[in-house]
Amino acid sequence: MKKYNFVHAGLLLLPTMLLLAAFTHMPTLKTVWRSFFSIRTNVTGEFTPSNYQFLFEDDVLWQVLSNSFWYMTITVPASIIIALTMAIWVNARLSGRSLLRLAYFTPTVLPMISVANIWLFFYSPEIGLFNSVMGWFGHDGYNWLGDPQTALGSIMLMTVWKEAGFFMIFYLAALQGIRPDLYQAARLEGAGNLTVLWRITLPLLMPTTLFVLVNAVLNAFKMVDHLFILTKGGPNNASNLLLYYIYENAFSFFDTAYAAALTVLLLIILVFLAFIQFGVLERRIHYR
Amino acid sequence: MEKIRKIVMTVCAWFLGLLWIFPLLYALWAAFHSGEYATRFAFDAPITFDNFRTAWNQAPFLRYMINTMVITLMILAVQLVLCTMAGYALARIRFKGRSLLFGLILMQLMVVPEILIVENYQTVASLGLVDTYLSVGLPYFASALGIFLLRQTFMTVPQELENAARIEGCSRLQIIWKVYVPLAQPTYLAFSLVSISYHWNNFLWPLVTTNTENSRPLTVGMAIFGAPESGVDWPVISAGTLISVSLLLVVFLVFQRQFVQSFMSTGIK
Repeated sequence: MKKYNFVHAGLLLLPTMLLLAAFTHMPTLKTVWRSFFSIRTNVTGEFTPSNYQFLFEDDVLWQVLSNSFWYMTITVPASIIIALTMAIWVNARLSGRSLLRLAYFTPTVLPMISVANIWLFFYSPEIGLFNSVMGWFGHDGYNWLGDPQTALGSIMLMTVWKEAGFFMIFYLAALQGIRPDLYQAARLEGAGNLTVLWRITLPLLMPTTLFVLVNAVLNAFKMVDHLFILTKGGPNNASNLLLYYIYENAFSFFDTAYAAALTVLLLIILVFLAFIQFGVLERRIHYR
Repeated sequence: MEKIRKIVMTVCAWFLGLLWIFPLLYALWAAFHSGEYATRFAFDAPITFDNFRTAWNQAPFLRYMINTMVITLMILAVQLVLCTMAGYALARIRFKGRSLLFGLILMQLMVVPEILIVENYQTVASLGLVDTYLSVGLPYFASALGIFLLRQTFMTVPQELENAARIEGCSRLQIIWKVYVPLAQPTYLAFSLVSISYHWNNFLWPLVTTNTENSRPLTVGMAIFGAPESGVDWPVISAGTLISVSLLLVVFLVFQRQFVQSFMSTGIK
């Protein structure tokens, strides 16, 4: 059978590799290629860096990048900290813990689009739930999604709600894998709760944190579904995020060449972030 | 002291839990009451099913649901077959360039199909497949996650089992089917649940590649249904939302334990 190894492996992998080539590898290369041709100047087929020049002149892009940066910098740590807290609570044998786990996890399985419709009502200016509740306390409330000051924050709040339960699951799995005798030993040494958390639990959870972090950062860039329902990137691009901006350019403004340049930018950002995460963090982690 | 700590923790945990489940509970409240109770909570508020009736008549939910089910199951079926083949080849056959291929496959974990919607749309359009089930599935048929998980699982299967099967005269496909597949059942279940919930909820790519009821899944249908232009009121939107999540929610509640365990095991590997 050995002499057929190569043939067998080739046949088994062929469909997968063809599909990946057609929908991952080729599109990546074609995106880079396309980004060097402008449809803006109407001179088709001319190799030009004009899309990249426009990146620097595009004020909206800088707004979008700043939004994406804050969106990531706030939602990723917030969901991770809440997820860890949830996992510790669910793991702590509190009463009704399986119901609790269910409550935390449910937002994860529901479609973003559907739950965004519910949140849209929470945020809506006159009759919305948030403003009604604030009205009970004599506050006028805010135009959550219509005000550039609060739009991005409102989007972030919903994102944290959606993501935390998902990451909790991974922490929960890791917590259940920690050997109980480590805790017993720490207790014998007279370590307090905080010391145990800081010296035992958190260091042992570091591989999980890296895994969750990588996923969370990727999600922060690829999850834009709720923008379609809540703000459509508005008002005045105050809540626009990079992938949504790519979508707008390609499918609303029909500027596929500029969208391609933006996609290349997104890929560069993701590679850069992955490099940081694995390069810097991996060295600080002690695998068991 | 220890007891007080536990009580405080329980209260905090449940407060957060209620906060987390609240949007769903609220949708239930709004959907079963008339519009005037949208922000007024009264125990004697009369329960009504009108909102569901209105929502059901306003959008072709049944069609959307069928589309979502067909798309999700089609993607899962193709993924399971392709991932099994690729996972086995990468785990058990030695050949030149194996790690290079594996690396090329894992690339998809970072360059996810969502990022390449612009170029993939061009591809699908040039194949004349826009607005078909197939077009929604194509970028997802080959799954790096599934291949990775199955490869890891297959590598733990003792080589002796394969050798024994070979002596019995099994061909390679028979070996995969009779030895590896049964032993990897937990991985198949885990990956299936993750894949189903991913594609049931997927939105951006189906939005791009579908444009009529013929192939539009629930998520895209919901986005159109909930758009302010369509002028539906809140209780009706809540009812529509519940209709759209009902099937998945029921499946999730029934298989809750398996769901949670599946998500866990895909993370540990």
